[in-house]
Amino acid sequence: MKEIKASMAGTVLQILVSEGEEINEGQVVVMLESMKMEIPIESGQIGKVASIKVEIGDFVNEDDELLVLE
Amino acid sequence: MLHTKDLDQMLVEKSKEIEAGGHEKYHQKLKEQNKLFVRDRLALLFDKGIYQEDGKYANNLAGDLPADGVVTAIGEINGQKVCVMANDSTVKAGSWGARTVEKIIRIQETAEKLRVPLLYLVDSAGARITDQLEMFPNRRGAGRIFHNQVKLSGMIPQICILFGPSAAGGAYIPAFCDIVIMVDKNASMYLGSPRMAEKVIGEKVTLEEMGGARMHCTVSGCGDVLAANEEEAIQSARQYLQFFPANYLNKPTFIEGKLPKEGKSLQEIIPVNQNAPFNMYEGIDTLIDEGSFYEIKKLFAPEIITGLARIDGRPVGIIANQPKVKGGVLFVDSADKAAKFITLCDAFHIPLVFLADVPGFMIGTKVERAGIIRHGAKLIAAMSSATVPKISVIVRKAYGAGLYAMAGPAFEPDYCVALPTAQIAVMGPEAAVNAVYSNKINEIEDPKERVAFVQQKQQEYKETIDIYKLASELIVDDIVPAAELRRVLIDRLSAYETKELEFVQKKHPVYPV
Repeated sequence: MKEIKASMAGTVLQILVSEGEEINEGQVVVMLESMKMEIPIESGQIGKVASIKVEIGDFVNEDDELLVLE
Repeated sequence: MLHTKDLDQMLVEKSKEIEAGGHEKYHQKLKEQNKLFVRDRLALLFDKGIYQEDGKYANNLAGDLPADGVVTAIGEINGQKVCVMANDSTVKAGSWGARTVEKIIRIQETAEKLRVPLLYLVDSAGARITDQLEMFPNRRGAGRIFHNQVKLSGMIPQICILFGPSAAGGAYIPAFCDIVIMVDKNASMYLGSPRMAEKVIGEKVTLEEMGGARMHCTVSGCGDVLAANEEEAIQSARQYLQFFPANYLNKPTFIEGKLPKEGKSLQEIIPVNQNAPFNMYEGIDTLIDEGSFYEIKKLFAPEIITGLARIDGRPVGIIANQPKVKGGVLFVDSADKAAKFITLCDAFHIPLVFLADVPGFMIGTKVERAGIIRHGAKLIAAMSSATVPKISVIVRKAYGAGLYAMAGPAFEPDYCVALPTAQIAVMGPEAAVNAVYSNKINEIEDPKERVAFVQQKQQEYKETIDIYKLASELIVDDIVPAAELRRVLIDRLSAYETKELEFVQKKHPVYPV
């Protein structure tokens, strides 16, 4: 199991993948908004999305889980 | 009856014995760990592998402590004379005895009086605890090595290449160097080993977790460059040295200029949408000589980029926000990273080019509790007190203290130039309108009307921070098209070559830390 975490505090702007989807290393999986900037969150590895832990509009703090890969 | 030639012969044999280092089994162990023998490292480091060694016969009467486990030598790197200290890990794991320490102190003293760079090739288990009284506490004990490093800091370049452990007190040798190059999977640094941690505090971790090269280059920031192997680490040190003069009394040298790498133009790289990320590395590529970039702390605080480069053959220090990572926002680590880099360049007369696209410093409880205010102040103090030519390029946005951190006008940059995409303000339009009109916005009931009101106010705000307005008020010294930026930097750096400035006369600042 591998968690993809927020790189900084902000709100969830877009969720670009869905549960069960196969993703690549470096693929942008979530877009946060923070400090009025779009913050792309990339996956550090290849994997399959096991679960998505957030919804659009949620506040997340640095290191909060966004999604989990199998 | 011995003749002179017999004595000579005995000496030749003794010398060979010493140069072979420790027992064969330790050489075997090196091979298993993908490590080189110390004298093989020196053969790669020095031009033609030539060096003059001091203190080779240290502790020769002991029989099993050749050179007392350290080679101290003078030689040349790219034609520049340097001094080097290199641990021999085949001799009691490179540990320090009394003579080891004395040799290190003496090569430091040599580097000081010759005014040449000093390299520390570290691969040491630390102090020989059995000899601690002779080598630890005294005036010319191990602490003196660090005292000397602090004295030499900024006087001559001090470079550490970490090939193996640098344990406990020994970890301070890298800590006081200008730069630390670490060999992945072999180099490590820690005040207490995993074994000690388990005994003394109860923590159970691996060596890599406690103080591995990768951890230090990505998490702690104690490492500057992560090399894949020893040869790469040595080449990296040779490359790094080319940017620096021999000492603080000289200026860095020029080489033949090269055109930038072929690729996208700066105009193509910068998005119109101020809130969308772009890759600042591509922007840097358009400005610097191809292949000249030497990045420092690449893996640490990647939201800011710090590196040495050449612009038309001239060495420069580049500090650039990276909008692709955390929006280019400044954090505690990014402030520390930039502050150290600025003081490094300033010490050795390397001009600074700031490329700004920064929304500001991060906010929120996490960073406040980590002391972002004092870390940011540290960065600003370093930039403020730098007296090398300072050029501030406002590439896109520069809001609030972000403008200050990137050598904004108040900090006496020699040249503050904006691209037409520049937006300089105390904060961005969205935040500003929110702050000023918050009550008014809440009073508007109709959501469509509210949106229209906010958009109108944002538009009015954008007009007040229009870059031509700022240039009209002499807030920026110039506006240039992106395509001309490299040309402008070349001309300006040339113009500011003769800059001579003393910041202030006083003993020293009370540095924000």
